[in-house]
Amino acid sequence: MHKPSMVVAALAATFAASGASAQESDLARLREEIQQLKKSYEERMQALEKRLADAETRAGKAEQSATEAVKAAEARLVPPPAARGENAFNPAISLILQGTYAQTSQDPNKFAITGFVPSGGEVGPPKRSFGVGESELVMTANVDPYFRGTLIAALTPDDQVEVEEAFFNTLSLPYGFTLKGGRFLSGIGYQNEIHQHAWDFQDAPLPYKAFLGGRFQQDGVQARWVAPTPVFLELGAEVGSGRNFPSSDQNKNGASTWAGLAHIGGDIGDSYAWRAGVSYLRTAASDRTYSDVDSLGNAVTNSFNGDTRMWIADAVLKWAPNGNSTSTNFKLQGEYFRVRESGTLAYNDGGAVFGSLSDGFRTAQSGWYAQAVYQFMPRWRVGYRYDTLRSGTPTIGIVANGLGPTAADFPTLASHNPSRNTAMLEWNPSEFSRLRFQYAADKSRLGVTDHQFILQYIYSLGPHGAHRF
Amino acid sequence: MRPVMAVFTAALLFGAQGALAALNILTCEPEWAALSRELGGDRVNVASATTALQDPHRVEARPSLIARARSADLLVCTGAELEVGWKPLLLSQSGNPNIQAGRPGNFEAAPYARLIEVPAVVDRSLGDVHPSGNPHLHLSPANVTKVAAALAERMGQIDASNAGYYRERLKSFQERWQQAVTRWEQQAAPLKGMRIVVYHRDLSYLVDWLGMREAGSLEPKPGIPPSTGHMTELLAQLAREPAAAVVRSAYNDPRPAEWVSERAKIPVVTVPYTVGGSEKARDLFGLYDDTISRLLGAVR
Repeated sequence: MHKPSMVVAALAATFAASGASAQESDLARLREEIQQLKKSYEERMQALEKRLADAETRAGKAEQSATEAVKAAEARLVPPPAARGENAFNPAISLILQGTYAQTSQDPNKFAITGFVPSGGEVGPPKRSFGVGESELVMTANVDPYFRGTLIAALTPDDQVEVEEAFFNTLSLPYGFTLKGGRFLSGIGYQNEIHQHAWDFQDAPLPYKAFLGGRFQQDGVQARWVAPTPVFLELGAEVGSGRNFPSSDQNKNGASTWAGLAHIGGDIGDSYAWRAGVSYLRTAASDRTYSDVDSLGNAVTNSFNGDTRMWIADAVLKWAPNGNSTSTNFKLQGEYFRVRESGTLAYNDGGAVFGSLSDGFRTAQSGWYAQAVYQFMPRWRVGYRYDTLRSGTPTIGIVANGLGPTAADFPTLASHNPSRNTAMLEWNPSEFSRLRFQYAADKSRLGVTDHQFILQYIYSLGPHGAHRF
Repeated sequence: MRPVMAVFTAALLFGAQGALAALNILTCEPEWAALSRELGGDRVNVASATTALQDPHRVEARPSLIARARSADLLVCTGAELEVGWKPLLLSQSGNPNIQAGRPGNFEAAPYARLIEVPAVVDRSLGDVHPSGNPHLHLSPANVTKVAAALAERMGQIDASNAGYYRERLKSFQERWQQAVTRWEQQAAPLKGMRIVVYHRDLSYLVDWLGMREAGSLEPKPGIPPSTGHMTELLAQLAREPAAAVVRSAYNDPRPAEWVSERAKIPVVTVPYTVGGSEKARDLFGLYDDTISRLLGAVR
């Protein structure tokens, strides 16, 4: 900006000079010179302005390319999605593989829990020698913002496919409510909702085997509500068609199974967490049959019509130092069952002695188990379980009226208090693999002890399964 | 019984009212609880699902967490598959629609942070790898800055009446954080090039930021517990290329670190890893202060 003022000063000086000399020709020459000066000055100004503008454009471009570089770098930080197009919405798939090697002193094919109506579930010890367990295929994904869907199919060792669970659950109900529908493991008790591969022992506790056929599946609807309290409080209710033991397919409209459950739980300091609950199950059975042998060795078919009422109390306590279960942890779990059945029992020996008879039938039975599992160092867990049942003496109308069969013709229902001691040792190379050795002295059968040695592997493939408390 | 019930109900209602007054935040890890407190001041109720002494990978959706998740307005977690073993159950059992995935009440830090160690191959033969990258991202101050900005915005989105307040607190936090970062970088200059043995790859961001070098890890593969075989190999490696210290996080089992320390004749440095991991790590500033001073202790 020095230049214009210089020009003005020069002009002033020239004018002053021109005033003094005042010659026409000089004046014309001067004007000419000034014009030239002005022109060249304007040209230089334009050149300068152009250079400035150019510089600015270049700087802008540099800035832009820098932003682009940052954006590109940021884009590189975000990993590309695993799948695009149609595959992008594939459900999460995981797979459980398991198998056993078993050695038992009694024939597993003749397994029975004396004193209790056979539950028809897969409750016996695994087959002798090598055997594969159920392979479980799990698929789950959000359906939309409102629902999530889950399918758990079991591929059984005898080449069957079973639908373990196939249900939807809600994601957006307000006030702490969730709704589940389809086929699902009932929320009664503690262990019932836990899948077999996540159990702490190879098989279910005796009360589960005797009263629920291993576990109780509902084909129905479940509603749960979590209270807005600092202490965990959850209430739930279920209705279902009752296709599983202790009920049987009703072929009638409306629900025939009702269940209610209440859970309460919390923490004690950082190291302990607990949950306790009570559940009630009411269900009905029609023509729930089982085979027996009368005192003379004739085959008999017994058929039950009536109601089952079951109460379950459960509690679980977990300990880990400061709540960090990585190195060591301890889990104590127990459940108590009380079961009443009432209705009629039809006895049919196919005409061998008495033919077909029917009369009232009532049982009041109970059972409980307690188990403790201790991880004493990373990878290693040891566990012990005691379970027992009380059969009571059933009131069988056919026997009571004294006209037909006697109690000896119902050997399956002979009064018996089964019990079992089980110990296990586990090695878990990682969170996804488990090798277990289990020994049980099983007195489920009247008068005999079955020594069961089981070696089991469980592998989980695919996404990390979530740990249910 | 009636009056007792009435009092109980009233107490419950008032309790609930008190809880409603402030924004209820449940965080998966303590670092995000500390950040939420920085940004929310007294307008938020903050609880953390885990403590610094717990392994964030191995937590169960225990009843107390479900109860807390039930009343949370905002769930703040790391993401990047860190909580994959328990958060899905927490969400599905809580019956709280506001914190479900895709809702504003479900905040994950990882999408806002710069993740390192993104695996090229995802396979469980490599251990418990995280396909999205290393999830222990809060030990990078740049990540904290980015997550803080995103979190303050999210808090303002859920609790619009206090959005301005959160923005102001964010500004104040960022200023203090920037100053602290400058200070830490000066203090930590002697750590540059320091070779450390880690337990799990949970200090990678710190190592990356301060220009340290990872000389190996006690875990043979992520999530696989240290074995004698692997640690013996590690010792042989350390004999060739020595390290300055074995650094373990407060929640790690101390024994493997001590085993290697004794044999390699190098000290064990226990770092807090997250807020609450040591006496001095009361907030994010304390966490960084204490971590750097403990590491410097091994260099001198």
